[in-house]
Amino acid sequence: MTSLPDARGRFGAFGGRYVPETLIPALDELAREYEKARRAPQFKTELDYYLREYVGRPTPLYYAGRLSKKLGGAKIYFKREDLCHTGAHKINNTIGQALLTCRMGKKRVIAETGAGQHGVAVATVAALFGLQCEVYMGTEDMERQALNVFRMRLLGTTVTAVNAGSRTLKDAISEAMRDWTTNVRTTHYILGSVLGAHPYPMMIRDFQSVIGRETRKQILQAEGKLPDYLVACVGGGSNSIGMFTAFLKDKKVKMVGVEAGGLGIESGKHAARFATGSVGVLHGTMTYLLQDDDGQIQLTHSVSAGLDYAAVGPEHAFYKERDRISYTYATDEQAMTAFDLLSQTEGLMPALEPAHAVAHVMKLAPKLKRSQIIVINLSGRGDKDVHQVARIKGVSL
Amino acid sequence: MSRIQPTFQRLAARGEKALIAYVMAGDPTLEDTETYVQQLAAAGADVIELGVPFSDPIADGPVIQQAAERALRSGTTLKKILATVRSLRTKTQVPLVVMAYYNSIFRYGEAAFCRDAVAAGVDGLIVPDMPPDEAGTIHPLAEAAGLDVIFLLAPTSTARRETAVARLSRGFIYYVSLTGITGAKLTDKADVEKKVREIRGYTKTPVAVGFGIATPDDAREVARIADGVIVGSALVKIIAEGSHAAVTDRLSSFTRSLKSATLPA
Repeated sequence: MTSLPDARGRFGAFGGRYVPETLIPALDELAREYEKARRAPQFKTELDYYLREYVGRPTPLYYAGRLSKKLGGAKIYFKREDLCHTGAHKINNTIGQALLTCRMGKKRVIAETGAGQHGVAVATVAALFGLQCEVYMGTEDMERQALNVFRMRLLGTTVTAVNAGSRTLKDAISEAMRDWTTNVRTTHYILGSVLGAHPYPMMIRDFQSVIGRETRKQILQAEGKLPDYLVACVGGGSNSIGMFTAFLKDKKVKMVGVEAGGLGIESGKHAARFATGSVGVLHGTMTYLLQDDDGQIQLTHSVSAGLDYAAVGPEHAFYKERDRISYTYATDEQAMTAFDLLSQTEGLMPALEPAHAVAHVMKLAPKLKRSQIIVINLSGRGDKDVHQVARIKGVSL
Repeated sequence: MSRIQPTFQRLAARGEKALIAYVMAGDPTLEDTETYVQQLAAAGADVIELGVPFSDPIADGPVIQQAAERALRSGTTLKKILATVRSLRTKTQVPLVVMAYYNSIFRYGEAAFCRDAVAAGVDGLIVPDMPPDEAGTIHPLAEAAGLDVIFLLAPTSTARRETAVARLSRGFIYYVSLTGITGAKLTDKADVEKKVREIRGYTKTPVAVGFGIATPDDAREVARIADGVIVGSALVKIIAEGSHAAVTDRLSSFTRSLKSATLPA
């Protein structure tokens, strides 16, 4: 287990709590409750129960023989988070936070969503635990992800359109923070990634770190040794930190986070925070951001809504500066190629987010020896993206 | 030296409360802001807050969010706002407080901002997303430069946080009247009175109340219980709604009616 962050919620220079005073007592309460829950055997039992019986954990670690052969280098494994209930790793976190909400005696939850995967995962646990639920979503995203909007509504959630700013994820987060500031006494905000003010980046990492714990056990069983590389996509960074955390002390395991290169770095239309970003504060945390000289947050672009955000989790910023995790990016086009390759070689249709990780592995694997091992976190399945992919390919459904 | 404390002292001696007026700098342009600030001061505003537009203002309601969007569209930056303050200082000595989100200050550089702001004639700084816990680096820089960092307290603040803010805040303490964002409706004035009294128990620093004060009647009730009354969204709405000439008249008359609500009965 990692000992970060410190008591102030800092990962070195990153993290912290840059939020209005109104929210500080709620963050204190959440940190306290989480700490108590973490030590309570009953909480662990309950969490394990839902992860096993409801989410479907442990998820398999699948050896992709045909893809490995095709790329002609390292052996490639996929951690199958796409098989989680609701279709992505997001639910590992929402189950944990919903259990905490119940412990705090709160009856209402709110959330932001971009692609709608986190929104659906929150709507699902709200139904499961009988919580009132409201999800904020930019109007731009609501149009792009109409199916997920309807799914959330079918689950009994109120989806509220956010018409401010760029009408995408960052504005949905701002609006959820405003709701939380207003209704803080009765409402818990289920943030979807390792972002925001302390304790969110720590707590969400912990809930997602089940991915890496399982992976470590599974790869040792399958191969009798640790992998050479772990590769995962990085939006806020919860699926990647969830997989990496269990391996941080294994100095020989290299880790690569893949950001959204959008239309290419030169185009300015991307979400590669580590490629061209700088340090700043957004939505409560100090980290790497895409911003202009005056500190205004820049608009991002990615074919994948889940990677389309101007800031990266503060713990990633910390490991980037320490050179423990390396970061690269894949463009929209490369991700689409990887989407096709994985669909047609393995019958695994990835979400567009992990397709970015696959795109990087297409370059990496051929350079490695056959005795070397890469594990990719297949963080979500592609069902949600079928419309988007059809649009890109110019097919009308 | 900051003009804020002497202003509160002068008002207290007359039995008056401070009227603190907020406008978004650069809404719709910085030239307009320069005019509006002089008018607000002439109409009785005792302290003026200049909002710094930010792309992602989490503590603000739609009125101020849209004002920020207008200001950004006209090319407003923190640097240009300080130039406007410099120009204003040849015309008015009204205390000026910059209200900015932390990223604007961080990006400018905390040390450079404290130095440049004071040189331009800024008296105080409010950062709604910088609780005292995150002010460790800027506080000593601001103290050395003579810039008042004004911290906020909220209905949810514990006694421990109230004492910490009471100790750190300079100029005045900004009490946020409600759990919510700017432009929301203030409903529980009894709770505000209780909290303000509590905060006063820890410090002699004046306590000003903001959020949800939209009318002279609101201002009168809050002036009864606090040392200052902060009005923002209601003024920003006037600026948003009219043409330049109409705005200046309404801004002046509305400010006069607010100021009269802060005078001794």
